[in-house]
Order: sequence, then C-alpha cells, then structure tokens
Amino acid sequence: MFRVELMKAWRRWRTYLLAAALGGIPVLIVIAVKLSPPTSADSGDAPPFLFQILRNGLFAPLTGLAVIQPFFLPLAAGLLAGDAVAGEAQAGTLRYLLVRPVARTRLVLGKYGAAMALLGLLLLWVVGCGAFWGGVVFGFKPLPTLSGTTLSVAQASLRILAAAGYILLGVSGIAAIGVCISTLTDSGPGAIVATVILGITSEIVDQIPNLRVIHPYLPTHGWLAFTDLFRFPVEWGGMRGGVLISAAYTAVFLTVALVSFSRRDVVA
Amino acid sequence: MTALVTRGLTKRYDGVNVVDSLDLTVNHGELYGFLGPNGAGKTTTIRMALGLIFPSGGEVELLGEPMFRRGRDHALRRTGALIEEPAFYRFLSGRRNLEAFARAGGDGEEARRRLSRIDEVLEQVGLSPAGDKRVKAYSQGMRQRLGIALALLGRPEVLVLDEPTNGLDPAGMREVRLLLRRLADGGTTVFVSSHLLAEVEVMCDRVGVLSRGRLVAEGPPGNLRGGAEHLRIEVGDPERAAAILRALAGVAGIEGEGRVLRVHLDGANPAQVNAALVSGGVAVSALVSERDTLEDVFMSLVEGSGVQG
Repeated sequence: MFRVELMKAWRRWRTYLLAAALGGIPVLIVIAVKLSPPTSADSGDAPPFLFQILRNGLFAPLTGLAVIQPFFLPLAAGLLAGDAVAGEAQAGTLRYLLVRPVARTRLVLGKYGAAMALLGLLLLWVVGCGAFWGGVVFGFKPLPTLSGTTLSVAQASLRILAAAGYILLGVSGIAAIGVCISTLTDSGPGAIVATVILGITSEIVDQIPNLRVIHPYLPTHGWLAFTDLFRFPVEWGGMRGGVLISAAYTAVFLTVALVSFSRRDVVA
Repeated sequence: MTALVTRGLTKRYDGVNVVDSLDLTVNHGELYGFLGPNGAGKTTTIRMALGLIFPSGGEVELLGEPMFRRGRDHALRRTGALIEEPAFYRFLSGRRNLEAFARAGGDGEEARRRLSRIDEVLEQVGLSPAGDKRVKAYSQGMRQRLGIALALLGRPEVLVLDEPTNGLDPAGMREVRLLLRRLADGGTTVFVSSHLLAEVEVMCDRVGVLSRGRLVAEGPPGNLRGGAEHLRIEVGDPERAAAILRALAGVAGIEGEGRVLRVHLDGANPAQVNAALVSGGVAVSALVSERDTLEDVFMSLVEGSGVQG
C-alpha cells in the first residue's frame, strides 16, 4: 500500500506543484536578500547576528523551513493526509482496493505512512533547495546561535536537518487528524479543507493570549520550538512538549480513524 | 461446492429493508444472472457479498468463507469484481492502474502473478492499444473494459460483475457476453447483475429475480418463461368465437381486442381450439401459439411482489 502510494504521488502533477511551491520559497528568499540586502539602517533594533545570518547561505534552508511551516505545511498535510481515504472514496477506487483485498487497518496506516513520508520528502526538498541556492549565492559560513556562540558549517547543517525532522514530527498530529477526517467523509476536497482549517485555526488560537489555558494542548503549540536547536546549550523542553503533544494527537486520531473505518459501510 | 451463499441477508436503511431476508445460492462454475429493476437491491447485495457494507442481519459466504470473519481475505483474493461503475486513478495509464491494484494487495507471489497477467487481460478485453494512455482520456466503454480487465487480473474463481455491459455499444456488449460465457464454460463462476432481460436470458445458466430486496423467482431462464402459454387468434366473429371457447375445457381466459383474441390455455392444445372454432362455424384467419416472454414474467413478478399503494 505504502509503495503504491508513493508511485501514485510520483506520477501526479499535484505533487510537483506542491514541490514547486515549497521549494520556491527558500529560492525567493535568496533572491530577495541578494537584490536588496538589509542594512542596519532600515532594520532598526534587530539583533546584530541577523546580518551575519543574512549573508550566510545556511540561512536560506532555515528561513525556508520557518516560512513554510505556518501555512504551507498545514496545506501540504491537508492535501496529502486529508485526501488520503476520502479521495479514494470520491474516485470510487476505495471499493476496488478493499475487495482486492487490502485490509482496512492496512489501508489507513499505509495512507498515513505515505503522507508522512511525502511530507518528510517535501521538507528535505525545501532544505535542499535552500541550501543549494543559498550556497551558490552566498557560500556557507559558520552559523551564529541565538545565544551568541557559533556553529561550524557541519554542525549547523546537522541542526538544520534536525529542525526539519522536528517540524515533521510536529505536523504528524495534524496529518493524523487529516487521515481521521478522511475516513469520515467521501469528499476529498472537503477533508482537505477541513484539515487545513483545523491546522491554521490551531496556530491562530495559539497566538491569542486570552486562551492561554488551552495553548499547551493545541496540536501546533510546539511548532516553533525548533528554534531552540540554535541555542547553546540546546533547550530541549519545548521540543519535548511538542513531540509529546504530536504523539498524543497521532495516537488518538489514528485510533479513532481505524475504529470508525473498520465499521463503516463503504457505499462510495 | 458453492461459490456464493447468502442466508437471511438483510440490509436496513432508515427502517426500510433494502435487502430483505435474501437466500441466494450460486453454484461453482455456473453463470448466474441477478436480475432486477433499478433500486431492487442488487448493488447493496453485491456490496455485502464483498464485505464493503455490513448486513443488518443474516450472513454471506464467499467460496466457503464467512465474509465478516477472518478467512474473507483468502476468498476475496480468489474473486474478481466490478461494482457499479469501474473506478480508476485518472492520472495513471490503464496499465499503471492495473499495476497499482496488483501491488496494493501486497508484494508477494500473488502480486507478481497479477503483474505478469496485465498484458493478457488487456488483450482479453481489447484494450492492448490503449493500455499506455491515461484513463482520463478513456471513453466510458474503454473504462468499462478496463474494469472487466481488473476483475480478471487475479484469474478469479468467482467473478462478481455489477452491470458489466453498461456503457458499451451493442458489439461491445456481445463481446462481453461471449467472454463471460467462455469463462463460465472454463469453470469460472460468474455472478452477473443486470436490469437487461434479454442479456441475462441469452447467456445465463440460472436467473434470480430480485424485487424490493426479495428474491421473487429463480431458475433457468427457459423455465421462468415456460409456464404460461397462450394463443393469438384472428377470427371473423370474435363474439361467437369467445362464446365457443369459454365453453371449451382447458381454456383459462380470453381477452379480446377487435378481431384478435388472446386465449390463455390451461390444458387445451392449439389444434383443439382450432377444431372447436371451425366446427362452430367461425372463420379462423390466423392462429399463432405464443409463450410469455421473460419480460412478461418479469413485469408480473416485479409488480406482483410490491407493497401496494
């Protein structure tokens, strides 16, 4: 199931569109910085290390990740996870998979696995595009941390990959919610939109101070903690919380998806 | 051995039994026609037989395995199906679609066997030249053919086909009928639903008629139409002829329409009828023996079984 999903994604325009949109972001950042390099005059009280970062090719993959995370990542999760089962139902192919037979449990888990694998590949693609164009245009230099120390190019590259990995873990909860919604409806676009809206709403609620009580329980709450990888020493608390909350959402929503789908009449 | 058995199979939606205590037995190697008007519950029955929807009551056995227990996957692997319309990944070619479905069930020997049959089944349904085109560009008839190819891919022991000739032109319909007949003659059990009487009549070994979720008749198509025989006669004096025939033993009923009478026989034979009329002085200009068509039988079954009003 998993491999078939990747084969299908490979032959689908949608995948390339998504890749072009996501890979284009770090490239745009490189172009923008190259064309109008920020000066200390127009950035006012920005911390001085920002300028070092902005003349270093390594900033491109990192800023690329930071820029796609709030909007493009929930969108990709919606397209890949929200459409997983509902899209098959809408196309009518779900019934042919089930009588092939593909066990319902395997179908849901395979779809979730494939969605996560594709999200991982997209994040690597963003890092790769950013690193390539950032490197070509600015070259790589040691990266200053938020705490004032510096990381060697090799160390910094590893941290950037770790950040991508953490961002992937962070989105796993939203992807599980997407797959769960996907098992409840026969409308692919409906499930996609619902997933994207839930992801973005969670991020917005996370910004409203009056709702502070529920912040720790939001699936996107720990998303920004990847910046802690660029402190010295690395602060693990935020990321630990983020991984736990994602794991909890994944466990709960995948279970709901498996249980509800195993009992559902497939009439599409 | 039986290929498909349902016992008391029932599906209730909103208090209405769409399929109502259905007892069905399809024997190994037969071509069984599942006949019924649209909305009779054919597709619901097929979906339950394949484990897609859960019955409200009763049970299904496919190739001896209870459908809602563990052994079902073994049975489903030996079954090919076309359920309502064919459905494919539109962005993949016909061939890649077959590949995707072959691999989706696993990577073992069984998937390899299916992959190796792709050319053969495309050939069988006449799609070899279009195999590498995207399904998006297929006509409805081509999709239907690809759907049949997918059902055949696993060299199934049982084929469950829901209206397989939908969307095909008359030549295509004939091809499919011949293909199904050939498969059944080769030992494959074929369970085919249809709302087209003529189609079922010419190809099936046995026919079951479904109406409002119930099986209202079952048997070889010849037997179903068998019983009622009637005569169509044209006479010079219909009133006098009717009077004579009413007095004749073995006549069940007479309907008149101008100079043409329809005489339902129940024991009498056409020669006796003719002799009685001629000796009674009625000129008989035509006398034709007719049997009820399957359509007459079907209509009377379907109408008679319904809830009135």
